[in-house]
Amino acid sequence: MKPEEAMRPDSQPAQDASGPGGAAPPGRRRTAGRGPIRRLFHSLSERTIVSLIYLCGISAIVFVFSIFYFIFREGAPFLRDGFDFQKFFFSINWMPTSEVERSYGILALIFGTGAVTLLAMVVAVPFGLGTAVFIAEFCGRRTREALKILIELLAAIPSVAWGFIGMVVMGPLIVRVTGADVGANALNAGIIVGLMSVPIIVSIAEDAIRAVPDDYRAAAEALGATRWQVVYKVIFPAAKSGLLAAVLLGVGRAVGETMAVLMATGNAVNIPADGRFPFFHALDSVSTLTATIASELGEAPRIGALPDGSYPPAAHHYQSLFVIGIALFVITFAVNLTADLVVKGIRKQR
Amino acid sequence: MGRLAARLPLVGLLAAFGCGGGSSSGKPNAGKPAPRTVVRNTGSDTMVNLAQMWAEEYRRISPNASVEVSGGGSGVGIRDLAQGIVDIANASREITASEKAQALKNTGKTPQEWIVGYDAIAIYVHRDNPVQEITFEQLAGIFGKGGTIERWSQLGAAAEKDRIIRASRMNNSGTYVYFREHVLAKQDFKLGALGMSGSKEVVELVGHTPGAIGYSGMGYKTAAVKFVSVAAKAGAPAYAPTFENVRDKKYPLARSLNMYTLGEPQGETRKYLDWILSPAGQAVVRQAGYIPVAAGQGQ
Repeated sequence: MKPEEAMRPDSQPAQDASGPGGAAPPGRRRTAGRGPIRRLFHSLSERTIVSLIYLCGISAIVFVFSIFYFIFREGAPFLRDGFDFQKFFFSINWMPTSEVERSYGILALIFGTGAVTLLAMVVAVPFGLGTAVFIAEFCGRRTREALKILIELLAAIPSVAWGFIGMVVMGPLIVRVTGADVGANALNAGIIVGLMSVPIIVSIAEDAIRAVPDDYRAAAEALGATRWQVVYKVIFPAAKSGLLAAVLLGVGRAVGETMAVLMATGNAVNIPADGRFPFFHALDSVSTLTATIASELGEAPRIGALPDGSYPPAAHHYQSLFVIGIALFVITFAVNLTADLVVKGIRKQR
Repeated sequence: MGRLAARLPLVGLLAAFGCGGGSSSGKPNAGKPAPRTVVRNTGSDTMVNLAQMWAEEYRRISPNASVEVSGGGSGVGIRDLAQGIVDIANASREITASEKAQALKNTGKTPQEWIVGYDAIAIYVHRDNPVQEITFEQLAGIFGKGGTIERWSQLGAAAEKDRIIRASRMNNSGTYVYFREHVLAKQDFKLGALGMSGSKEVVELVGHTPGAIGYSGMGYKTAAVKFVSVAAKAGAPAYAPTFENVRDKKYPLARSLNMYTLGEPQGETRKYLDWILSPAGQAVVRQAGYIPVAAGQGQ
């Protein structure tokens, strides 16, 4: 309150001057009570901090838009020069350096991302929601604090360490247990990414569960429900949008994960599904959108435009990776937006 | 394991090495600190071990020069050269016309090629795989688009795992391009091969995957894998990737290891290249498991 009051009378003249750190104060201020230097300092620092906070506030918007702008700018020539929408999204042929016919089809990469995400959620959803229920409903205060710290620790493990675990531990384990032909496959990456998504799911799902009013629990228990019945008959329905949002944010995490996936999937352009039983082959190696960008961008030559403004075919590899980036951006944006709207939905209900 | 990640540690390692070496050698003649010339050297993953050995060896001969080596792949090296970021690019393939044009456009100089050694692309299989010989045709059937060989039994081999796992490279690596040009006759690879990010990774994967086959530089052999002898045609004799077979040009998958400079190199870069091509430099090639430029040199 007080600083605001102190600032208000000063703010008008200083804006007329050149902002924080600008012109000297007008002489009339000398009549003010607490000494001019101190007041000046006070108002300047106040204004500087406020404008800094304002800058921080809008920086996220600036960053998002400039990232989108730069990705789009790099990818734009590819979109302009005879971009074949159908071929890009519905062809499995990812042959960006072919000498016969360069082709840019990301269908297999989309399937790879989808397969890894699906498997990740198969791992992460039961684990994440189970942990959240346990933390929010079943365990004592001390266990809860300990568990929360441990789960935050899980979130702090760098993805390259996860990838390493996938390569060195999970790969041989999968080969031994399932008899898979190769350890680097969709299942491996799915498990790893699933474990990586657990913390985000736990923390959001736990919030959602704890937000369910205690009256609900009391009422259910009064009717003679067991603790488990309370959870799945009362709490799950009451917290369902929060739980859905938790899962969706987990999906967003899984779609965007790069390093661990790069190390664990085997990087094979391959659709892990076909007509043969069991139709979905989790033990096949796959490649994802993110991993393709990460592994190929370093070597794809960035070639400038020819004098007539067109680009040689070799330039399209680099550009197409940015178009994949745009596609990824759209996917994760859609997932996060859905999660956001779902969360907003809960708030409105209350 | 991507190239982005792979490149940085090497630079760091060498920088650390460089500092250590510098301070210890700096003490005796601390009175006259000589200016240090830095030669920046990037490129082929196949050549990165060799390039590091050269750099370390050269440091002993010429303490005032420091060669900074990093990998990343032939494409990265040539791209960096074309942007004028490095002095020497290592490439396990030839520079393309468009890369040359790019370099000329950016820097006004044409890249000049230096053949500094030879390498054989070896075909690796798991140690326990019974396959001894393979022809180009069979390799194309395994790796090439439209190829029908999917199982070891089709090659008459009873391997532990019948399905063939193809260990390939990322689609812009020099080794990948070389294999495509010489074995697949410039046709495309079959989709679904594992795109490994480095020469060493290919051999490692083959080493712990019984059904795998992969191609990589001959210098990366470990005890877990074995070489398959290669015949250029069915019926032709198959040769193992040995030093003699490569030197005598019998082994069909041998290639030159190249270095590129922008125009005629000057100063320390020139001295470094001259040294690499000298018997002392070529001895390092042999030591690294590759084949020196001229038979008789560096043996």
